[in-house]
Amino acid sequence: MPDVQALVNEFVNLLKKRKIEGSQATAKQTAELLRSVISHQRVPHTNQATSLINAVRAVGEQIIDANPIELSVGNIVRRVLHIIREEDLSLVTDAMAGFGMSATSDDEDDVDRDDQPALSAAAVAAAARSTLRPPSLQTLLEDVTDSAALPPTPSSTGDSDGKSRSVEKGTRGRKLKHDVIEAVNELIQDITSCHEQIAEQAVEHIHQNEVILTLGSSKTVFEFLCAAKEKKRSFKVVVAEGAPRYRGHLLAKELAARGLQSTVIADSACFAMISRVNMVIIGAHAVMANGGVIAPIGLHMVALAAHRHAVPFVVLAGSHKLCPLYPHNPHVLLNELRSPSELLDFGEFSDLMDSATSLGSLYVVNPAFDYVPPDLVSLFITDTGGHNPSYMYRLIADYYSADDLVVKQRPTTGS
Amino acid sequence: MGAQKKSGARVSEDPDELVRVPLQAILLADSFTTKFRPITLERPKVLLPLVNVPMINYTLTWLESAGVEEVFVFCCSHSKQVINYLEKSEWLSQPNFTVATIESQNSVSAGDALRVIYERNVIHGDFVLISGDTVSNMSLTQALLEHKERRKKDNNAVMTMVIKRSKPNPAIHQSRLGTDELFMAIDPNTKQLVYYEDRADQSRGTLHLDKSLLVDNPSLSLHHDKQDCYIDICSPEVLSLFTDNFDYQHLRRHFVKGLLVDDIMGYKIFVHEIHSDYAARIDNFRSYDTVSKDIIHRWTYPLVPDVMNFGHTATKLERQGMYRALEISQSQSAVIGPFTVIGSGTKIGNNTKISNSVIGEGCKIGSNVIIEGCYIWDNISVEDGCKLQHAIVCDGVIIKSGAVLEPGVILSFKVVVGPEFVVPPYSKVSLFQQPIKEDSDEELEYADSTSVIGSQVDKSDVEISSKVLETNFSPASQLGMGGAGHVWSTCEGGHEEEWRHSVAPIPKDKILEAIKTMEDDMEFAQDDSFLPPSGELKPNSIDSDDDDHEDSRDDSYYFEKEVEATFLRAVHENIQESHLMLEINSLKLSYNKQTSDCAGALFYAMMKYALDIPHSSADGLLQNVQVVFTKWKKALTSYLNDKDEQIEVILKFEEMCLESANEFAPLFTTILHHLYNDDVIEENAILSWEDEKKDADEADKVFVKQAQKFIQWLKEAPEEDDDEE
Repeated sequence: MPDVQALVNEFVNLLKKRKIEGSQATAKQTAELLRSVISHQRVPHTNQATSLINAVRAVGEQIIDANPIELSVGNIVRRVLHIIREEDLSLVTDAMAGFGMSATSDDEDDVDRDDQPALSAAAVAAAARSTLRPPSLQTLLEDVTDSAALPPTPSSTGDSDGKSRSVEKGTRGRKLKHDVIEAVNELIQDITSCHEQIAEQAVEHIHQNEVILTLGSSKTVFEFLCAAKEKKRSFKVVVAEGAPRYRGHLLAKELAARGLQSTVIADSACFAMISRVNMVIIGAHAVMANGGVIAPIGLHMVALAAHRHAVPFVVLAGSHKLCPLYPHNPHVLLNELRSPSELLDFGEFSDLMDSATSLGSLYVVNPAFDYVPPDLVSLFITDTGGHNPSYMYRLIADYYSADDLVVKQRPTTGS
Repeated sequence: MGAQKKSGARVSEDPDELVRVPLQAILLADSFTTKFRPITLERPKVLLPLVNVPMINYTLTWLESAGVEEVFVFCCSHSKQVINYLEKSEWLSQPNFTVATIESQNSVSAGDALRVIYERNVIHGDFVLISGDTVSNMSLTQALLEHKERRKKDNNAVMTMVIKRSKPNPAIHQSRLGTDELFMAIDPNTKQLVYYEDRADQSRGTLHLDKSLLVDNPSLSLHHDKQDCYIDICSPEVLSLFTDNFDYQHLRRHFVKGLLVDDIMGYKIFVHEIHSDYAARIDNFRSYDTVSKDIIHRWTYPLVPDVMNFGHTATKLERQGMYRALEISQSQSAVIGPFTVIGSGTKIGNNTKISNSVIGEGCKIGSNVIIEGCYIWDNISVEDGCKLQHAIVCDGVIIKSGAVLEPGVILSFKVVVGPEFVVPPYSKVSLFQQPIKEDSDEELEYADSTSVIGSQVDKSDVEISSKVLETNFSPASQLGMGGAGHVWSTCEGGHEEEWRHSVAPIPKDKILEAIKTMEDDMEFAQDDSFLPPSGELKPNSIDSDDDDHEDSRDDSYYFEKEVEATFLRAVHENIQESHLMLEINSLKLSYNKQTSDCAGALFYAMMKYALDIPHSSADGLLQNVQVVFTKWKKALTSYLNDKDEQIEVILKFEEMCLESANEFAPLFTTILHHLYNDDVIEENAILSWEDEKKDADEADKVFVKQAQKFIQWLKEAPEEDDDEE
């Protein structure tokens, strides 16, 4: 599958050169890339899930390394891995349920699990139940290790009815792949529509005549505010400009064009403005497992100001921004230092950066992100609704498998 | 985050750009100079590591991200090494980006290289011409667009040069990249380059511009704070131009200047200035140092060690700009200072201090070593107690215990420095003997010697180095006990200038010395600053472009002085009125003045001149004024289209009478009358002048009163006219 490798290389290249910006775009492209990886992956007769997982992991490792600060890449890789596990699980339980009903059949060894001869009706029932209720961390841990750690079926057994088996396996393999691709499509759909999902909730949070403060520019926030405006809420927006990139200017312009009264202030004026503000609404770069937020630079200051004046600090984040890692995790590179030229003009200060003369003593640092600790955040609004920071770990358990938290680790079991 | 919008636009924009015309680039993998000797005797310059990555990678990465699709790498000296490197690297197997090499052993200059490429007939459209030692992160889209727009309008716009603002050091007249101060004259409206001088005569502090430049261009801005990035967007004609003019060797010195001087063909060069982007060329050891520091300070983002690792092991950025590879072993007691890069597999001993340095891969650094501002490449061993300051140390060097490298030292490949040996400042050490035939002018040699030695090394690299190793260095060689290497003697007269291009910071005494000579120059210049000789503009006076707002009072003072000088010159040299007006117009534009200012200044100059002509009495003076006005009236009236301008002239006259030339005071009314009679000033203007003065102080009204009678007459005159009719 050389064409897939080329796609991966291209994506890695783009990520490395920082040509893809924004978590949503990155998440979407990652999901699309992984979809093509899965569809090109040849599925063996046995352990389809494991082979898919390994393929996705191998690609995932490369693209995560390409831009470690863009956490949504890792998130999507983990989501896809989780999807594969889930689909595999549901297929297996379906199959088992089927066999449970026709348990008298001789073909019991057709099932992958033929090396577990003690399949009681109770176990089948339990597995069936587990598919019905929403997956919890506990069940995920149990079942997934089951299927992933499955040793390959000894091929020597049952050569006699190999033909019928391979046909059936083939259909099942295709079915798993088909289901996974279907689910990934849904994921892409979710990512694309996350703005609308979040924006739908806007009227519940923005009330008449309120003053909303935001910093920099975020598509999610823009849609959110516009949705409230369309529902005939009248409110004012204060936009902090978001130095050094000044995206806030753009946001204010777009909001004003939509007929929202907006006021631009300097970032440093946030504290002065906060007492007149009813709510702070911002977009995040990533949401960590502890409910902490990695957000554009300057937001920690805003969060502290909001906290001081007891103004609700609301973070909008699509579920692709949920990161199952903790900010103290060494794998999480928390910040990116961008080019100092965003801060000041190189030519203007070039004489002060001349190391040849004694003048060379001017350094400029331009970090891209702030970390806002969870106790400063009042509410997260995701595409699934509003959540407390302390609830984040639970959401993460729904979206990710514990096995996948460290993608880099080469799987030692299962093959 | 909203960011995706922008990226979406960019991503979709770039392919569009590419689909129309595949953009080509010529990368010269040879600088055709010998500034990096002795290192370049053994390895081509483009493969020298810059912050642990061979330079050519930066250039290729930039070309790729700027949307170039096809690159021709021109290799000359050490061509085998360059080709081998490219073959091993991933560059030849990139999708949407082809790299082809062109090899030529006989080329001794960039001109030759371009002629070879022209013969190959591979360039079909606009192309980017760049040297393989350029680091940039600029976006080419805008510059390309401008270039194409201009081409559509004017087929003679053959080249767009990329420039960037960078203040030169005023004391030593060189940029932070170690190149000489560059003077450029650019038409501010069209961005056309009309003058380019990188080797101005610093000693006199003056610059000669051809007067015709001022005639042809209504406005002109002269810059000395621009840096040439050596990134050119060229049209295919450039290649044929090189072929037609077979004596063009150097891209700037011959080609650019040649085009600017030769106006027969009418080819034009334009500039594109970049602001927030970074671009610089590594021309000498000083710029090697500067660009390395810029990379570490992340000005070249995303071309920084932790983002672009070019297949090397991952490097992590820690606090204070410290980049460390993941696999290094460092003693607990070692102190690694800010802005340091350490490559993988390097071992650092106890109590060693490292700051502002780049250390390559697989180095062994002993205990109690001090390394400051050094560039240490791969697989080097530094034994205990050494002290290294501002040096470049190439692969495989061994520095024995207690040795000291003074600032500015270059140690080429595999040199061994003996124990306790002190390498003197600015010395260059190599295993190779210094070529005997050494041109004194390091820049001008299109190095016959380079190519000869280069090809020799290429053909029998192993042979020669083994031969070199065989020549037994005596136990106490030039580099102490057990040392190996020849210390190159600096070429005659070169030592004076060595500090300018070295990696070491410029010694304080040199700067002080330079400042002192500059101050002397200034004093000298001050004497004749009021009357600049014709055609010679002091760089300071005209260089007041937008960013240095001089005091406007000062400005108008200088403006008046300039106009006066111009007028006097016109009088003495019998220059035609139209030329005088042209010069005054250009002054007006360069000082950003109104027409009324010109009128005032010219009037002042004329009166002053009349005053300076020897005369005995008031009558004589009046006579002079009349003579002057009859001769130059036309020039003055051309600025007096409006009432306001005429009032300005009257006010100026009034001011003169009060202050500088009170000899005129008694003649005020008479001269005013003359001006009226000569149609220089109209009745309306005089009346409104009086009107304006009505509310002024008594002191200011002296002349109004003096002219009262005349004004009265004026007021009545029309009635009389009516009566007569």
